[in-house]
Amino acid sequence: MLLEIENLSVSVEGKELLKDVNLSLDRGETQMLFGENGSGKTSLLMAIMGLGNYRIDSGRIIFKGKDITNLPPYERARMGIGIMFQRPPTIRGLKVRQVLELIQHNGVDPEELASQLNFSQFLDRDLNLGFSGGELKRAELLQLMAQDPDLVLLDEPESGVDLVNISLIGQAIRKLLQKDLHRKREKAGLIITHSGFILDYVEADKGCVLVNKTIWCTGNPHEILEGIRKNGYEGCLTCQR
Amino acid sequence: MSEIRKKAESAANKPAKYGPDIDFNQYTTEAPDYPEKELEEIDIVNPDTLLNAGVDITGQGRSGSFVQVDRTVIHTSQKEEGIEVLAMRKALEIYPWLKDYVWKAVPVDQDKYTARAELDFQNGYFIRALPGAVSTLPVQACLYLKSNNINQNVHNIVIAEEGSELHIITGCATDSPEIRGLHVGISEFYIKKNAKISFTMIHNWAEKIAVRPRSAIIIEEGGVFLNNYVCLNPVASLQLYPTAYLSGRGAVARFNSILLARPGTHMDVGSRAILSEKDTRCEMIARALSTGGEIISRGLMVGETDGVKGHLECRGMILKGEGRIYAIPELDGRVEGVDLSHEAAVGKIAREEVEYLMARGLTEDEAVATIVRGFMRVDIEGIPDVLKKQIDRAIKLSETSLM
Repeated sequence: MLLEIENLSVSVEGKELLKDVNLSLDRGETQMLFGENGSGKTSLLMAIMGLGNYRIDSGRIIFKGKDITNLPPYERARMGIGIMFQRPPTIRGLKVRQVLELIQHNGVDPEELASQLNFSQFLDRDLNLGFSGGELKRAELLQLMAQDPDLVLLDEPESGVDLVNISLIGQAIRKLLQKDLHRKREKAGLIITHSGFILDYVEADKGCVLVNKTIWCTGNPHEILEGIRKNGYEGCLTCQR
Repeated sequence: MSEIRKKAESAANKPAKYGPDIDFNQYTTEAPDYPEKELEEIDIVNPDTLLNAGVDITGQGRSGSFVQVDRTVIHTSQKEEGIEVLAMRKALEIYPWLKDYVWKAVPVDQDKYTARAELDFQNGYFIRALPGAVSTLPVQACLYLKSNNINQNVHNIVIAEEGSELHIITGCATDSPEIRGLHVGISEFYIKKNAKISFTMIHNWAEKIAVRPRSAIIIEEGGVFLNNYVCLNPVASLQLYPTAYLSGRGAVARFNSILLARPGTHMDVGSRAILSEKDTRCEMIARALSTGGEIISRGLMVGETDGVKGHLECRGMILKGEGRIYAIPELDGRVEGVDLSHEAAVGKIAREEVEYLMARGLTEDEAVATIVRGFMRVDIEGIPDVLKKQIDRAIKLSETSLM
């Protein structure tokens, strides 16, 4: 297993956000994470990355066989976890080009990466300053492409993106997850989605639903999405786990 | 007694409007007379200290040089046609008309420091671009404190004649961190029709130095003044508030300041612009960073006629310690049709920005350094690359001691 989350309970300032979460992901696997607003999806991604003032009350996170529960975010990143933020902060004075040079470790060329995402004209702009929804997503993906992580955590990659850009973003995610490789695929993804639009671009192997602070069920992502569309998340509660 | 002298005497004890008062009796104006030297033969200054302030004693990449140590001008040279670099005393001898420029932009009786510069006038630089002369390389000017307890008083005049372009880098430095001293510097800039001056000043003083520059700039029609002020090293007390008079149609002034105050440093720094003709424009950008020192960041724009435009931006960050940043942006529109605006923000380093970069693989220290470097980076246009590099170098040097 690439990622194993065992009985993870997480709180912020005494408020429990996640309870006994169990989730696993193999190399080459893509898993969708569904759940209504405020169900803890983002908190789970943040906890995997080690961000925010989240407190791990119990359980552990294993990545590549190592317990990373208490590692700082940069060590997790260096081990091969990358995250796309839903609302990335603006960093004034730091150019997109500079951040790519700082975080890349395979000698990638910022120009080359940016041209793939039709983002070349943003390389000398301040990171995320005045970017539109689609531009923010492209900046996030560009950084992930420079990092080339083994596990990609994507927080609503399609939100705020217009129809023109969604295909561009979908293609970039496919590439990050080596979707064109079949037998030798190594990269894994855990993707939060509300709309499920991203499923049109990225075939997912599994889907799971976060309800009542925990992973309620795991199964075929299309079936889960269909069920949520029909019966809402309330339907999940009546569904036998 | 001349009228100017009378005015100076009347203001000899007049405290400045801003900044802590300084007792002249604690300093001496006596210092050795140093011999004149060729640039590369200068051996009484610390070349590394100077280089950190942007002054290269090899003279490479410069169109002229000026070096004053304590009271004595030890070197002047000029390498480009149409660009003059002289000691003020000498220039006053050569050019009788120059006295008409002295104390024309800065009032001699502004405060005790202007008065001091007149009553104990030592020297200073005279830099002039002749009509139509365009310098591609900067002139470098160095004001250096070597003797302990010295009070250095300089009076500088810079003139860009019609249609000329002049770039200047001034480095101020101290021989050793142990030296105590007071620097009083009067600088008067005259920018004639369609001329341009870029003035980059890197201060590299020390913990026991008090600094009181007094500057004013008169910009005629179509003239441009670009001011870049960088002070990232310790200084005991610094107070400056230059005034740009945009008195010709279409005149432009831009002030960029990058300031860092460590514990024990007090800075009261600002810029003022009087927009009194149509189509004049001004921009002021300040970045103030405190690691425990105090920065008062001022800015004032006065719109006296319609069709003027000005914007003032001050961003302050308290990185650590008991620092203080007090931003005072002021706009004074006096007629209908002025367009003046400001934005000011003072805060701490944003945790979410640090974590964002940590999630990309940077350690916490690396993330903080990266954010601070970005914070201090101001996009500066209109100056030669060599000056941009000097500013970047100064920022980089300061970073190592921030964490």
